[in-house]
Amino acid sequence: MKRFFKINRKIRNTFHKRWMLLSLIVVIAMPIVLGVGLYLKSAMLLEQTSLIKLLFSKEWKPMQGLFGLWPFIVSSLWVTILALLIAGPICLLAAIYMTQYTKKYFLRMMHPVIDILAGIPSVVYGVWGVIFVVPLVSNHLAPFFNTQSSGYSILTGAIVLAVMIIPFILNILIEVFRNIPDQLTEASLSLGATHWETVKHVLVRKAFPGIVSAFGLGISRAFGETIAVLMVVGNVTQIPKGIFQPGYPLPALIANNYGEMLSIPLYDSALMLSALVLFVVVLLFNFASRMAIIKLERHT
Amino acid sequence: MDNQTKIHIKNLNLHIGKQQILKDINVQIPKNKITVILGPSGCGKTTLLKSLNRLTDIYPDIKVEGSIEIDGQDILKVKKRDVTDIRKKMGLLSQRPYPLPMSIYKNITYGLKISGRRRKRFLNKRVEHYLKQASLWDEVKDRLKDPASALSIGQQQRLCLARGLAVDPEIILADEPTSALDPVSSQAIEEKFVELKERYTIVMVTHVLRQARRIADHVVFMYLGEVVEQGSAEEVFGNPKEERTKAYLRGAFN
Repeated sequence: MKRFFKINRKIRNTFHKRWMLLSLIVVIAMPIVLGVGLYLKSAMLLEQTSLIKLLFSKEWKPMQGLFGLWPFIVSSLWVTILALLIAGPICLLAAIYMTQYTKKYFLRMMHPVIDILAGIPSVVYGVWGVIFVVPLVSNHLAPFFNTQSSGYSILTGAIVLAVMIIPFILNILIEVFRNIPDQLTEASLSLGATHWETVKHVLVRKAFPGIVSAFGLGISRAFGETIAVLMVVGNVTQIPKGIFQPGYPLPALIANNYGEMLSIPLYDSALMLSALVLFVVVLLFNFASRMAIIKLERHT
Repeated sequence: MDNQTKIHIKNLNLHIGKQQILKDINVQIPKNKITVILGPSGCGKTTLLKSLNRLTDIYPDIKVEGSIEIDGQDILKVKKRDVTDIRKKMGLLSQRPYPLPMSIYKNITYGLKISGRRRKRFLNKRVEHYLKQASLWDEVKDRLKDPASALSIGQQQRLCLARGLAVDPEIILADEPTSALDPVSSQAIEEKFVELKERYTIVMVTHVLRQARRIADHVVFMYLGEVVEQGSAEEVFGNPKEERTKAYLRGAFN
């Protein structure tokens, strides 16, 4: 009886190990399945037109069978880069201030606040964008720069997006700066450097790999963000010539059109291709920022 | 005060939040001697050392009262923006070496550049001079452009010493500078200190009794945030007056 019990335990041990392995495989397989699926779906279009032509053509005329993705790619790039330009410096300065200049309890207090910001559903940010940022851009920012804007523009999308990615970038940066030992600060100060010189020459340099990864992950998130951007960016198929013009980023294209107009041949396939582009870009960005960290860490 | 006293600490009290770390400290540190602050872990030795060059300023939770006179000037009264001048008077060597995230060469020139010395030839000379003083030159002269983190721990600690000396201090503050090092590197640092005391006033924190016996001229014994006993090394080690000092020297607590 005792012996039987022992064997039973061992079988269970093996069984549970397999079960956990299976879960792991599911997790690993998911992105691969997703990527292959998207490729198979977009293959129909790719057989007809070359990938380069699809990516860089300006003509998006589904009725005529023209599916140039360039306007959407450009819009996505504009919105993402602009959002990072707004959010990056803010996060960097805020993280340095919180970790270097404030009392400890302040940081403890800020952590849940940042988490709350990160947890707000993106549609809420979208509504805030429509109610607040759109009028701000059309009534104040655009006239200030001597142009006209409906308010539904690249800039509006970028501002909303910046606010959305701030908590993500900030959380990583706080961790990065907190992990720098105080003794490094002390070493720099003891050599006669001011606090600011220490931040500029020592801490930022030490944190550089972390900053790159935080910004990289912020970009990945911004690039794929859909609903909040879609609500404020205007969704006009064109290559935006300025930040006060409307644009039409890739995620918005998919969200707005999938499920409709599928009677048009290859439309479905074109949307799948844009999803694939999105997928690959985000993947590449994640990969690149990780590689950058590994390389940089070796050099400092 | 006499000419032989470099640092005079009077009625120093230090709190971190609500906790009192240093209680009514009165210490005189003699010039051109090695003063060892001795005591078990967690008795406030390191905190005392850090308050000497106002590194306590960067922790908003810390409150300091009392006075610390260096050459007769109360450094706790110095305005925040002039505090870098005080810190430049003191080189700091911490428990583990913390090389700045840059090349070996730049680690040495960092302090000089901040004080506005930028001429290449001057800097090159200085780098060589101080690396030689820290007995590191021969090991690194062919790879000055390499990151400092590529050096061994012992080498890094000597680099930190060289970097501290390069800003031309009067005082060297050392916080258990050998605790992370192997015996050979430890010995090198100790020998260096004995050599350097001719020109610098050295304050070293340690909890290693044997090390204190080896190199101390003057001893300050601390226990639980208080100074229990202080005096010359012969007095404190040869003829301790306080019970707690005797107990510590016997090895009753560590």
